Amino acid sequence: MLLFIEQCLNGLQFGLLLFLLAAGLTLVFGIMDLVNLAHGSLYMLGAYFAATFAAWTDSFVIAALLALAATLVVGMALEVVALRRLYGRDHLDHVLGTFGLILFFNELVRIIWGPAGMSLPLPMWLIYPIEILPGLFYPTYRIAIILTALLVALFLYVLVMRTRLGMLIRAGASNREMTGALGVNINLLYTLVFGLGAALAGLAGLMQAPILTVQIGMGENILILAFVVIIIGGIGSIRGAFIAAVLVGLIDTIGRAFLPDILRLVLSSRGASTVAPAMSSMMIYLLMAIVLVLRPEGLFPVSSK
Amino acid sequence: MIASLTPRNVVVAVLLLLLAAVPVYAAVTANAFLVTLFTRVIILGIAASSLNLILGYGGMVSFGHAVYLGIGGYAVGILAQEGVTSGFVQWPLALFVSALFALLVGALSLRTRGVYFIMITLAFAQLVYYFGVGLDRYGADDGLTIRRRSQFDDLINLSDRTQFYYLCLALLLATIYLIWRVVNSRFGMVIQGARSNDRRMRAIGFPTFRYRLTAFVIAGAICGVAGALLANHTGFISPATMHWTRSGDLIVMVVLGGMASSFGPLIGAVALLSLEEALPVLIRAMAFPVFGDAAVRMAEYWQIVLGPLFLLVVLFARGGIDGLLAGARRG
Amino acid sequence: MADALLEIEELTKRFGGVIASDSISLCVPKGELHAIIGPNGAGKTTLIGQLAGEIAADAGRIHFEGRDVTALPTDRRSQLGLARSFQITSLFLDFTVLDNVALAVQAHAGHSFRFWRDARGESQLRAPARAALARVGLAGRADVVVSNLSHGEHRQLEIAMALATRPRMLLLDEPMAGMGPDESARMVKTLRELKRELTILLIEHDMEAVFALADRITVLVYGRIIASGTPEAIRANAEVRQAYLGEQEQRHG
Repeated sequence: MLLFIEQCLNGLQFGLLLFLLAAGLTLVFGIMDLVNLAHGSLYMLGAYFAATFAAWTDSFVIAALLALAATLVVGMALEVVALRRLYGRDHLDHVLGTFGLILFFNELVRIIWGPAGMSLPLPMWLIYPIEILPGLFYPTYRIAIILTALLVALFLYVLVMRTRLGMLIRAGASNREMTGALGVNINLLYTLVFGLGAALAGLAGLMQAPILTVQIGMGENILILAFVVIIIGGIGSIRGAFIAAVLVGLIDTIGRAFLPDILRLVLSSRGASTVAPAMSSMMIYLLMAIVLVLRPEGLFPVSSK
Repeated sequence: MIASLTPRNVVVAVLLLLLAAVPVYAAVTANAFLVTLFTRVIILGIAASSLNLILGYGGMVSFGHAVYLGIGGYAVGILAQEGVTSGFVQWPLALFVSALFALLVGALSLRTRGVYFIMITLAFAQLVYYFGVGLDRYGADDGLTIRRRSQFDDLINLSDRTQFYYLCLALLLATIYLIWRVVNSRFGMVIQGARSNDRRMRAIGFPTFRYRLTAFVIAGAICGVAGALLANHTGFISPATMHWTRSGDLIVMVVLGGMASSFGPLIGAVALLSLEEALPVLIRAMAFPVFGDAAVRMAEYWQIVLGPLFLLVVLFARGGIDGLLAGARRG
Repeated sequence: MADALLEIEELTKRFGGVIASDSISLCVPKGELHAIIGPNGAGKTTLIGQLAGEIAADAGRIHFEGRDVTALPTDRRSQLGLARSFQITSLFLDFTVLDNVALAVQAHAGHSFRFWRDARGESQLRAPARAALARVGLAGRADVVVSNLSHGEHRQLEIAMALATRPRMLLLDEPMAGMGPDESARMVKTLRELKRELTILLIEHDMEAVFALADRITVLVYGRIIASGTPEAIRANAEVRQAYLGEQEQRHG
């Protein structure tokens, strides 16, 4: 039972990380109608920045803050230099252009940081597990991830539900309507929104960094999971992204942990251990397929107009 | 395909002549690498042509097309591992399983539009990728070595480099011809109409879903055969064959060469693979006078040039190479 | 009515809080040109959308030739002979004019799982397409790519495509929108010819055209029918004058 709770927490933590990534994607898609495959590159950069700054400053917290600022800046620069030119073009152009950017960023990281990965050590105070339930010790760092991500989710909730910008986003407003209603420079707004999405990706990357190694291409597979999340949640919906992310995180983690045991009930022990690894990594895609059959527009579809 | 002396036709004719001459040239110069490289170019040309049917003509941006290369490859690899080396069994199975998977993915993904379609095709390809990674019995992550190429009795010997090369070339031409016929048939008019304006298609009485799904399945089946060829060519199949970046490469080939043009995907395959070979050499040559020996190391990072190049193609040469050639005729 | 070609019962559609169709009942007998008029936002295009099958009604039924088509998808309704044109031109812009119409012919010439023969060489598709183009006066423009046509020509092509499906009934959504006086006059002439052999449901803002062409007129305001009758009856109807026509006449001076 304790193991189950622990796995649930792991799943929640993973799901919330996915949410940070998916929120940026879905925000950028919802507002600028841009499909950004290079979002995973920003995740990777967040992790590399954090590892580098941690080595310089010897402080995890300062490094994290600096890395966050750095991905924000890189994101805004990327928008101004390249992605801005892709707005209003069709999605194939987005896919191709940002696919090129992935190659660029992977190579750039290889040039700057070298082909070997890096690690981001945690400070002592984040390593020790704390007892959250009688007999259940859970790593402080993972709790910190959960709390941070929940705070970000709250911030996004307020942004989307309580501000004028958010209302326009929810209404699926066009560019001209946005400018009219907000009276702001739309180019600047887009740059800021993209920067916010980039910073969220960077935050996810730097928080994941101490758990896994920091390496080239680390953003690519998780990016596809983030896609799955926003397909399930409904593209453009922050609320959908949140619920779908937690769902995906839980199913993926719990599936990996318990599927072998469950399969052993129906299959031979050898059969189960052959099938289980393949099955458990496929589970969330099956979830996606089921959602698509029942609700092709996702769980929380945003009215397209 | 009506023969007239436009720049585009001249380029295609020259390209085909060069492709036909590769094994001869390689034999004279004892450069076996050329045959290996161009066999790969041709096989990926088949795969890109099949993607062009749905992407270029049908407007379906499938971001999971490399998965059929993997399925076709594993059909050959797994059967070979289990002792079935006959190509008469392996290749039809590669085609059939690819078609079946395309049917499944298409049935789910074609209910959606735009960016959903892109992401769903990508996600289903990833599903198969992970399935391959989990296949412990067949090498999992490390892949599967195929010790014997597909056997076609006395018909053709695939272990002979030259015979295999010409078989691939013949299949490429057959694919291009087949797709050309299909896109100009009634069926082709329907899928092109659905790309142009699906709503109007339904209003004039076409149940477009079944036609688009059929095109999706045909494309998957052809690419499955390309996968069988690729596995024979490399003697190896691993999940990496169907990694999503491979699907991205196929899209690049189609767009780089020119969408909805018969020979565009082949031109794109030639261009992309040539770039991959040529960029390191170019970088080394250009950097050497300035940076000296450091240029050798700089050449390793050729992808930093290739990536932004894709972006430039998107921004400034949307019609691809074929579009530039067609434009040259006018200008 | 026994010979009703199209019969609508209590059709209702809501978008959020807005009622676009408020239990609309309507009957169009064979051979009639029935016009629907009403101010902007009255739900005219929504009504056509429901008749064509693009928008699902919340309640009510649609019968075509005595058959309940309420649950049929768009393409099936087209196959039964219900053809629509679009208010905002909806064509295959990258195809030639002839290819556009030939595609409409093809839709009603059996299934299209034919993979080999060159469709552009099939006279059984091209000849009827050319005939449809001739009827709307576009015969000379057959090989032009559609995106190069003028606005008026787009509107003519819209009609030609609907005609090429050999319909039993036409649903025309503002065929004269954005046309100059000359073009409008030509369109009225075309519609008058079509009226002889086809049942037509016409949505139009050009009152002159409507009163010249229609056998009967229905007035829609806020999704509700406020009057339905002959042109003379509608012209005389006090409620209509107040709600709509009067306003228009004042505006036009």
